[in-house]
This record gives sequence, C-alpha cells and structure tokens, in this order.
Amino acid sequence: MTARGLEPPLALLAELTHRCPLQCPYCSNPLALERPGRELDTAAWQRVLDEAAALGVLQVHFSGGEPTARRDLDVLIAHAAKRGLYSNLITSGVLIDRARAEAMAVACLDHVQISIQGYAPEAADRVAGYRGAQEKKRAAAAHVRAAGLPLTINAVMHRHNLGELEAVITLAVELGAGRLEVAHVQYYGWGLENRAALMPTRAQLERATEIVAGARERLKGVLTIDYVVPDYYARRPKACMGGWGRRFLNISPSGHVLPCHAAETIPDMHFESVADRPLAEIWRDSAAFQRFRGTEWMPEPCRSCDRREIDWGGCRCQALALAGDAAATDPACALSPHHAALAAAAERESAAPAPDFVYRRMTVPAV
Amino acid sequence: MNAPVRIAAMSVPRLPRGVRLSFDELRKRWTLQAPERVFVPDEIAVEILQRCDGVATVDAIANALAAKYQAPREDVARDVTEMLQDLANKGVVAI
Repeated sequence: MTARGLEPPLALLAELTHRCPLQCPYCSNPLALERPGRELDTAAWQRVLDEAAALGVLQVHFSGGEPTARRDLDVLIAHAAKRGLYSNLITSGVLIDRARAEAMAVACLDHVQISIQGYAPEAADRVAGYRGAQEKKRAAAAHVRAAGLPLTINAVMHRHNLGELEAVITLAVELGAGRLEVAHVQYYGWGLENRAALMPTRAQLERATEIVAGARERLKGVLTIDYVVPDYYARRPKACMGGWGRRFLNISPSGHVLPCHAAETIPDMHFESVADRPLAEIWRDSAAFQRFRGTEWMPEPCRSCDRREIDWGGCRCQALALAGDAAATDPACALSPHHAALAAAAERESAAPAPDFVYRRMTVPAV
Repeated sequence: MNAPVRIAAMSVPRLPRGVRLSFDELRKRWTLQAPERVFVPDEIAVEILQRCDGVATVDAIANALAAKYQAPREDVARDVTEMLQDLANKGVVAI
C-alpha cells in the first residue's frame, strides 16, 4: 500500500495498565507483562488522546489489564469526550461499584463491555482465579445499566464452559446487555500456553454455532450476538485487526504503539513509543506498521489469493507461533502447509483430559 | 432486560445512549457509531437518522422526506419503517 492510499485508523485500543485482579488463563496480554512503574502517566495519555483524535481515530477502547485499576480513568474518559472520541470501557467489572459507574457516566463514557467467565459462579471463578468474581460482575452490570450506560457482555468460551452457552445468553439478557460477544478463546500468548486446557471439540463448537443461530433469531431486537468461529476449526483466517496497520492501533501501558496487542511477541521488530515520536508519524512511517501493511509483503499462496484484501493474510503472531515465521501464511488457512498440523492438534488436545491452567500472573520477568 | 422494538407509524424513534451520528470532518462523510461498530450510512439513511430526535413520529419523518424528495408518500413510509425496524433489530434505534 502506498502512503497516499493510507487511511487514518478508526480505533485506538488503549491498554492503560497490565495490572488486573483476575488471572484468566487466556488473557490477551503478552506473557511478559509490563510493570506498573512503567505505565504512562495521566498527562501522557491525554496527549495520546489528543493526537489520536487529530489523526482521525473515532473510537477509543480503554482496556488493560483492568483499566479501572487506574485512578485517573474518569479523567481520561472525560478527556476523550472533550476530543469528540467515542469511548468504550473493556473491563472485568470486579472493581465497579455504584459510585464508580455513575462517575464514568458523568464523564461521558459511551459504552461498557464486561467480560464473564461462564455462568455457574464456582466454575467461572475458577477460570478467573478470583473468588467471588461472578457475583461482582453481575453487580457491576446492574450498576452500569442503572447509570444509563449501554452494556455488552463478552463471554469467553472454551471446553469447560461451552455447555453453559444457553445459560450465558440468558444471563446477558437478564443483565440488560444489548449486545453479547460469544468469543471463543484466541490461542495466542496465554491462550496458546493453555491451549490443551481450553480447546473445545469440534462437536462442542458445532453445537455452539447452532445455539447462537437459534438465539439470534429468538432474540432479534433484544440482544445482538457477535460470534466468530475459532481459527483452529476454520478453513480461512480472520482479518486480524482488520489488516495490519489498516484500521487499528494499540498502545501498551508503557506507550509502545503496536499494530495489534500481541505484536511484541514478534522478534526483530522495533515498536516506537508515543514518548519519542508523534502518533501520526508512527502510524504512517514506522517500520513496524509498514512491515505487514497491505499485500506487498505476502508470500504465496496469499499474494495471488482472491481473498488477500478480505483477510489480509490473517494473523502474523499466529503465523510466528505455529509456523515459526511471522511472514508465513496464517496456519488457520487451509492453504497453509501447517494447517493440517493445527487441525490435528485441536482434535488431539480437545479429546484428551484437560491439564491444569497456567494462570496469568506477573511472574514472567518483564522486558 | 431490553424489550424488542416494533416500529409503527406513531413510534417516536431516537438514537439511544451509545449510538452517535456525526460528521467525520477528516474523511468528509457521516458515520454512525455504536458499541464497537462504525457504520457509514448512505444519504437516505443519514436523512432518516438525523430526524430520529425523540420528537418526530415515523409518520412525520416519512412526510418530511416525501416532500423533500417529491416521492410517493406510501413508498417512502414503507422504506422508512423498514429501515428503522432493521436498525432497531440491531439495537441502533430505540423508541
């Protein structure tokens, strides 16, 4: 893609912190979590929001870690609103009481997404590694709705909780959510570390797909359901992040600007910081954003594939993790030479007894 | 829980909290933003959405558009109702 054809990003994922009271074994954060002492301060995030709005970003997703662990969250929400940004909070909910929900509504937050780990409290709390999480999440959802904010429930699904999918859908409706994301675990980072403990069987997946189709019909106008088939049972890859450096940018707690939240797993890439260079320049010119942008970098069979501008080659981090090369065809694609091994791993691991979780903890030395 | 919305002639549509219609100065186009989604509505959709102000009825919106585009009123009313129902099903329009 030429610089002239480059569009500005639509959305910014602002990872305010990697601190989190939960320890979910499929966390999307990198294995090497960033220490609190390295987090950008309030003024730096405000400047990032200014630069993002000027660059053309429309939506900012405040994420983490757990973004409500930041004491200045309300200040940042208000700042985003002042710059005309649509703000979304991606949260576990466990730190949100009534006062907190009201304060965020007053600061002009546009939308809240609360993740849940399943339906039955004990099983869900075991996945979260946090006793009482499910009860706190239900309370948080009620506070969010009472404060007048629209709510999405994000339900992360895997072999242990797919049997609860009907109950999860009913719970989302009861909690007053207008939208539900039935999110199969993505097997990167922590998820890949725990793949055998989480991978569903093909039969489980097919049943889930049927349940979602039925619920969509039944709940039209009540609940919108987003659903994505997990890569391991797919024939074609997803357009990860809508294509590398095309729609989204991600900023890590310490200010590194990434094309996706897992990009730092790719070796030999240098990610620039908002502390050193204007965001617009990083988006447009940095080597990291240019590396896999567009279609020029693609190997065959991607390069001549008629889907190359639909899936943009899939996920670079998954290509690295499973094919050993970030520039390879995503093994989720049936045309990848690694696809058969990927599908076989899913069949094998999902049929075997589940190993224990490796919980997400800050025990891996941070870079 | 949220109740399903049935759009009728006397319904008064509005954009609920979390849905925002705005002109994107940088890209020179209208955008409709909803939770984790950005739509680019066409010209007619923008005309309809701009009138979803929590005051005008579906009937009144259809009348205004029929007059503006000098189109048969019934056709416009049917199109407007259909479109608002579709948006209501997506949770983007409330009454």
